[in-house]
Amino acid sequence: MKNLIRYVVTRALLTIPMLLILLTIVFVVVRVMPGDPVSSMLGGHAPQSVIDQKKEELGLNRPLIVQYGDYLMQICRLDFGESMILHQKVLDAIGDKIPATIELTFFGMIITLLVGVPLGAYAADKRRSAQDYAIRLYGIVIYCIPVYWLGLMLQMIFGVWMDILPVAGRTGARVFVSTFEKTGFYTLDTLLVRDFEAFADVMLHLVLPSVTLGLVLSGIFIRLTRANMLDVLKSDYILAAEARGIRHRRVVYKHAILNAFVPILTMMGLQVALLMAGAVLTESTFSWPGMGRLLLERIYLRDYPTIQGIIVIFALIVAFVSLIVDIIYALVDPRVRY
Amino acid sequence: MTEDNILQIKNLHVRFPIHIGTVRAVDDVSLSIRRGEVMGLVGESGCGKSTLGFSILKLLRPPGEISAGQILYNDRDVVSMGEKELLSFRGRQVSMIFQDPLTSLNPLFRVGDQFVEAIRTHEPEVKPREAWARAEQTLKHLGIAPERLVEYPHQMSGGMRQRIMIGMGLVLNPGLLIADEPTTALDVIVEAQFLDLLNRLRQEFNLTILLISHNLGIVAQMADRVTVMYGGRIVESGSALDLFGNPRHPYTQGLLASIPNIKLDQPELRTMPGAPPDLVDPPPGCVFAPRCPQVMERCRRHRPEEFNVSGMRVACWLYDN
Repeated sequence: MKNLIRYVVTRALLTIPMLLILLTIVFVVVRVMPGDPVSSMLGGHAPQSVIDQKKEELGLNRPLIVQYGDYLMQICRLDFGESMILHQKVLDAIGDKIPATIELTFFGMIITLLVGVPLGAYAADKRRSAQDYAIRLYGIVIYCIPVYWLGLMLQMIFGVWMDILPVAGRTGARVFVSTFEKTGFYTLDTLLVRDFEAFADVMLHLVLPSVTLGLVLSGIFIRLTRANMLDVLKSDYILAAEARGIRHRRVVYKHAILNAFVPILTMMGLQVALLMAGAVLTESTFSWPGMGRLLLERIYLRDYPTIQGIIVIFALIVAFVSLIVDIIYALVDPRVRY
Repeated sequence: MTEDNILQIKNLHVRFPIHIGTVRAVDDVSLSIRRGEVMGLVGESGCGKSTLGFSILKLLRPPGEISAGQILYNDRDVVSMGEKELLSFRGRQVSMIFQDPLTSLNPLFRVGDQFVEAIRTHEPEVKPREAWARAEQTLKHLGIAPERLVEYPHQMSGGMRQRIMIGMGLVLNPGLLIADEPTTALDVIVEAQFLDLLNRLRQEFNLTILLISHNLGIVAQMADRVTVMYGGRIVESGSALDLFGNPRHPYTQGLLASIPNIKLDQPELRTMPGAPPDLVDPPPGCVFAPRCPQVMERCRRHRPEEFNVSGMRVACWLYDN
């Protein structure tokens, strides 16, 4: 336990240099991009004097290194600054949108695991059968499909043709968000006020976006689970379990799958980054009011502080999740010690 | 003479179809094991002895399959058993312990839970707590503190894990224990302790053991009767005393001669020339003919019959008279 705490603290401290590097890259990249907040705000035909005045106001006329130093100092005080376009604190903008994104990625991950792990395990068990080839083919194809294309197809099939699922937004017209909103996690909020009708509506709206996101990533998990299962199924303890007369299904789906799960956990930690990237696209496709859409909007507006802020938050989430994954490791595998 | 055979293997063939042909891992093997005896099965790596062991549980890894023959356990044919019958047969009637104790236990489950699972698989009416108590009893028998049941396999030494494997093999009182190279992964001292334990358990439980090993020393020490396999076939079998004292088959003679002896003043190790046969395309006559120092013309063309030579069965044309 003491070792675990030491490990967590070390890991947390290690994210600081990572963030510093990331911040520097983002800081430079957004400023190297063509265009700037002033021209996006004022349009291309504003008189030079107005542009200069606005730049002075925002501090963009100072040398880059000074701006950078200022920004770092600000971040050290956990102050993400204020949007250059709107009069809104960056953290407020993010705080508004982050629950939607977390909700989406959470359900996306669940779908990924529910589809990827059992299919991968099944394919490994039935190695070289028609089912195995079919599952592997599915895994490759789904991985190659762009998120937005799959999203559009699902919208067309389930939203337009069959007309059974909503295609956009987090809630329908008959649900008033203000009656339950507390944390911003609508699934949680509706349950807290026991408004089950609203809860059902929120869940329905989650189906298509999270299925889209989850399916695209399920391909990787199928391949990973299958490869690990093949290794595990070859090991002596699997044979020994079968020699003890334990049913094959139990051997595969209890003894083997748990052993194959350890590398899958690692992948889960790493996949969160991909999931976030996928969320950006999914959110645009489904008009999901989350961080991804916010990021896209603010990139168009060249809103430097908000872009930087969002990326820092994304990085923190990824770091946090991989830390959690490392801790779960120790719970699944008794051999892991910190 | 009627013998009390617990296991009778009749003309067993096991094949592994692979892309370059079919490996005849076990080729027309007949063998019987009497109740209460220790049968040693020896031979070099790849001669089919482990495959034979796995066939008894009908637990061959694909693409391996039993293509012909019978395996009669108490007069029930294992080969024709269905999946359901096999489940109650494996572990309960015949149990098996493996070469590498380090990898034979699932690393993610506590040893005790693996015991409980084994017991409750065959006796679902036993409550988990009773099963645990039975596992504790078994551990005491093996000279391991019962408290260690809560540990995970990686917290135990190799020798202890092998004893645990034995315990798990015996907790259901099976009629036959197949020990596949049980001491190969253990060091010499642990090996000796393990063999002592096996001997003791054997007397206590009146165990029947099929001891598969390439180590002639431990077979000589443990076995009542010995069967020698070469190239997927049985070349010689008989009582351990006869076989080690007066081997008849040239392969057995060569095998025994190649054991290094520290007392003899040998400048070099004695080895058998040549390599084991290709089991995809074995020699047409005797599989040992290409390496045999006493090979005759007919050995290359005709597969030797089995001859009875003063109580031993020898598959060699030398004894045809």
